[in-house]
Amino acid sequence: MSGIRPAPSGADEELTRLGVGELGALLRRGEVTATQVALAHLERAERQNRALNAWLHLDREAALTAAGEADRRLAEARRSGSEALAACHPLLGIPVGLKDLVSVRGGPCTAGSRILAGYRAPYDAHITERLRAVGAVILGKTNMDEFAMGSSTEHSAYGPTANPWALDRVPGGSSGGSAAAVAAYHVPAAIGTDTGGSIRQPASLCGIVGLKPTYGRVSRYGIVAFASSLDQIGPFGRSVADAAVLLHAVAGRDERDSTSAPVSVPDELLALPDDGGAADWLRGRRLALPREYFVPGMEPGVEARVREAVAALEAAGAVIEEVSLPHTEYGLASYYIVAPAEASANLARYDGVRFGPRLGDGRDYVADYKRTRGEGFGAEVKRRIMLGTYALSAGYYDAYYLKAQKVRTLIKADFDRVFAAGFEAIVAPTSPTVAFPLGAKLADPVAMYLSDACTLPVNMAGLPGLSVPCGLSEGLPVGLQLIGPPWSELTLLRLGRAYEAITADAPWRRLEPSDLAALDDPATPTPAERLALARAAAAATA
Amino acid sequence: MAALSRADVEHVAHLARLGLSEDELSRLETELNHILEQYAVLARLDTDVIPPTAQTIELENILRDDEPGPSLPVTDVLANAADVADDFIVVPAILAAPDATGR
Amino acid sequence: MTVATGARRAASPALERYEAVIGIEVHCQPKTASKLFCRCRADYDGAPPNSLVCPVCLGLPGVLPVLNRRAVEHVLRVGLAIGATIPAVTRWDRKNYFYPDLPKGYQISQYQIPLAADGRLVVETSEGPLTVRIRRAHLEEDTAKLVHADLDGRAVSLVDFNRSGAPLMEIVTEPDIRTAEGARRYAEELQLLLRTIGASDADMERGQLRVEANVSVRPRGSTELGTRIEIKNMNSFRSVERAIAHEIERQVAALEAGEPLRQETRGWDENRGLTYVMRVKESEDDYRYFPEPDLPPLRIDPAWLEAIRTELPELPAARRARYRDVLGLPPADAAVIVGDLEATALFETLLAAGSPPKAAANWVTGEYLRHRKGGSVPAERLAPARLGPELARLIALVEAGRLTLANAKAILAAHLEGGEAVETLAAGYERIDDAAAIERIVDEVLAANPAAVADVRSGKDQAVRFLVGQVMKATRGQANAARAEAAIRSRLGQADGAQGPTGPAAADQGPTDPAAADPGAEPSP
Repeated sequence: MSGIRPAPSGADEELTRLGVGELGALLRRGEVTATQVALAHLERAERQNRALNAWLHLDREAALTAAGEADRRLAEARRSGSEALAACHPLLGIPVGLKDLVSVRGGPCTAGSRILAGYRAPYDAHITERLRAVGAVILGKTNMDEFAMGSSTEHSAYGPTANPWALDRVPGGSSGGSAAAVAAYHVPAAIGTDTGGSIRQPASLCGIVGLKPTYGRVSRYGIVAFASSLDQIGPFGRSVADAAVLLHAVAGRDERDSTSAPVSVPDELLALPDDGGAADWLRGRRLALPREYFVPGMEPGVEARVREAVAALEAAGAVIEEVSLPHTEYGLASYYIVAPAEASANLARYDGVRFGPRLGDGRDYVADYKRTRGEGFGAEVKRRIMLGTYALSAGYYDAYYLKAQKVRTLIKADFDRVFAAGFEAIVAPTSPTVAFPLGAKLADPVAMYLSDACTLPVNMAGLPGLSVPCGLSEGLPVGLQLIGPPWSELTLLRLGRAYEAITADAPWRRLEPSDLAALDDPATPTPAERLALARAAAAATA
Repeated sequence: MAALSRADVEHVAHLARLGLSEDELSRLETELNHILEQYAVLARLDTDVIPPTAQTIELENILRDDEPGPSLPVTDVLANAADVADDFIVVPAILAAPDATGR
Repeated sequence: MTVATGARRAASPALERYEAVIGIEVHCQPKTASKLFCRCRADYDGAPPNSLVCPVCLGLPGVLPVLNRRAVEHVLRVGLAIGATIPAVTRWDRKNYFYPDLPKGYQISQYQIPLAADGRLVVETSEGPLTVRIRRAHLEEDTAKLVHADLDGRAVSLVDFNRSGAPLMEIVTEPDIRTAEGARRYAEELQLLLRTIGASDADMERGQLRVEANVSVRPRGSTELGTRIEIKNMNSFRSVERAIAHEIERQVAALEAGEPLRQETRGWDENRGLTYVMRVKESEDDYRYFPEPDLPPLRIDPAWLEAIRTELPELPAARRARYRDVLGLPPADAAVIVGDLEATALFETLLAAGSPPKAAANWVTGEYLRHRKGGSVPAERLAPARLGPELARLIALVEAGRLTLANAKAILAAHLEGGEAVETLAAGYERIDDAAAIERIVDEVLAANPAAVADVRSGKDQAVRFLVGQVMKATRGQANAARAEAAIRSRLGQADGAQGPTGPAAADQGPTDPAAADPGAEPSP
């Protein structure tokens, strides 16, 4: 690195502070071009990525090509008149980031793993096609825990990502790169995946909005699989409306994913109510507060913010009742059987034969497999493959895998009962803690797994879950989780919009992530350096 | 539930075709047993009459018509492979039949 | 090698004291245009390497399976044809193991709930009918093909993914078979069934039908099962029978010699005529089956099943019985026709056109198969849809007495060679029945052959045959041979009758023609 790159000031840098709706309005009016918007975001991302490590690949050329195409489409729509302009998708010309497990034809797709180093996907994921179709500008691929296994993005083979609110802390995970990129204004919206909380928890820890849709809402075709019956793809945005627009673009039936549901995607996602309308909508809505979600080990500041949010909803006219989801405490154990079991099969294809580096002396294929996989996968992935293989192995299937699937039935039934009783949604914490320091939980897998205690039951039941920011604890963001019955994304987003509206004037809403300035400082250590320091310090105390 | 022995860990690693160092095997033995202890909570639940849930989505009979479509160009099929010759992907000479015994 | 030769020598007397217990596992490729879970073409045989491959069948990160309806329906067809139980709901399972021909590291298969279970197939053997119970038939995806090669002195395997993901039906019997012949007959009958219902072309040479056998032996009278040995690489029905016969001898010899048998997989070496060890199973495979989360369950609606049942053609066993019992065909002819789908189609076309069953059967089993096996007739001229109407016309002309059988055969040969219509060809071959015309020709022949006439007169009856032959020659086979002979005898003052074993029919029917044995072949005038 040679000297300080000046932080550009002025109009172009300010574009990065705008959301999807505002940028879209400027683009449609022709006040800015998609190319300008893309460049502003690209330059910020390129400049700050050393200190944030949110991006694994930024593809300037592809982004500018897409932006140029968006400009042509916008110009043509402008010539054709207001109807043509109105028909443009709100994402036309808007920069987005993709978690690096989404296939983009001809581009890298590492899933945060060394075992996919050098791999170039020869095809587009379904959502990549959809994003291209609406004219979104894909800026690049974001960092993640290897194969989406983790809650801190520290399990990336390409170094951890920092949290823009405190660069010595994790952004959450596994979609930590996408969450940090959105929080740091590198893109207004990004795609993540959520198998046990991997969208909602980093959204919570980075102070942004993240939605895990109903299982089957978004096609998984072209998304590197972690646990097939739990994985869902969803949006991040800095506002509920922005997340809704991105969901609208990628959701819907895809014939290449047999678990993609033929359920229509409501256009109302593009027209969430304004502040007044949202608050009106909230009155009389019945919401459930599950007592089991205020788990032991929850930070008092987090519980306080969540309870305040619940009180605010109640004050605005929502009807809140406490309910019980009695099998919540079994969620963690059953999830950590089901997800690793599926993963152990999903990750069997990484054998160095058809793609990825191949290690070994080429004399014995079994030995080569073992070396390729033993050295290609990181510690957390190997841990989960071992767990999953064991849970499925002869003599243990019934005690572990089958048992977990039965418990899954009970967890799902808990939710079904609440929604059958007429509740429109469940309100709960997203994460029991705020962002924790880099390295804090790396030595204790079980402590890390507890980060997802409030989110993974939702995946086990296949339900949609939304995390919206609800204030700060010790200067760090806290997330409020809204859980609904299948296909209730619109309701959850309206509810999230209503919560935004009734807290629009809250002082914390005006705060930006505290460490944004440090991202432009070349003296700022990289996240990998910070993690190494944290580990050294931990080793010294031990 | 029974604890995993070192031999069990080695057996599972072989089933999963993971080459692990002595250090890794030792660490995994500790970690996996710690995690399995957390699973003990499940034994408290009587699930004899509970059906398993493998999928949450209530879909059935998702079938496609038997209509062929395009395949990838051969160059794309081979592009990511580590070892290629004459439009084939090359692997070490395979002399034995598949084995899933874990021994 | 030494064990095998030793076994062969020692086996014969000991064999009698043992009984073989044989189960057959067949993998066959259902007849589909595209693969099981992706849209790549399924006709991989002969395609350039890795030319029928997409991200799905290459097992790239992020791909998902989508099930081919026709492949499912083929298995249901088989299930119905073998009288199996079809579950109301089935699903897919992952079978996990690592091998370079298995791109995903698991095979999508069916473990707990096969598409069909508890069926049966009855086969005819030299010892009488044998009922083989079929435990299950399920659908799964095929693996890639490994070719072993030497690459600049390096021993390698080459992987071709064209076959990867093609549909594969696995059909497993109970261990109900006791002889090598029974095993071959089961495999042949299953192939015929698969072809008859259109579920598979089941061509063994093209790998569309692969037969594996589980063989054990036990002392006669014992009810315990011996050590089970799996045999692979049997590439023809003949090798199925040879390999199993050899394996039974080998196992018996080993037991007689007090050598323990190991549970293992053995390959059949066709050239050396023996089985060799491919893999010793030291412990059970652990495939870690679990439900495939990427595919929803399959509900087999009764209406769906009924629609498939309605479309099923007559099955081979029923067809053989009908030909035998209703049409009165000899069992051997019925078996020949039913065993050959093209022959069956031709036969049915003839029946539909009104040909008498026995005459039609004679033409099909005789002339038609002879021409087809001769290999010189273009396939399209032998196609039942094209040949049927022509042959029916020909049979009708013979039936009406307008053509001699010999000329009808010549006309068929000419039709197959040049493609000209039977009607046109027959115009030159109308049989001469007219008494005056025949007598005129007989007179010319007698005048031209005084020596033969003298022979007849001196009692050499075979000279009559010579003279009849000359009449036939003079009329290019058109003369009614019986009437010509009668005219000759009458002219030479001989009574009718003393014809012996070489009567006039011999002029019409070649001695090698199987139809000659059947009196139904030549209509009585």
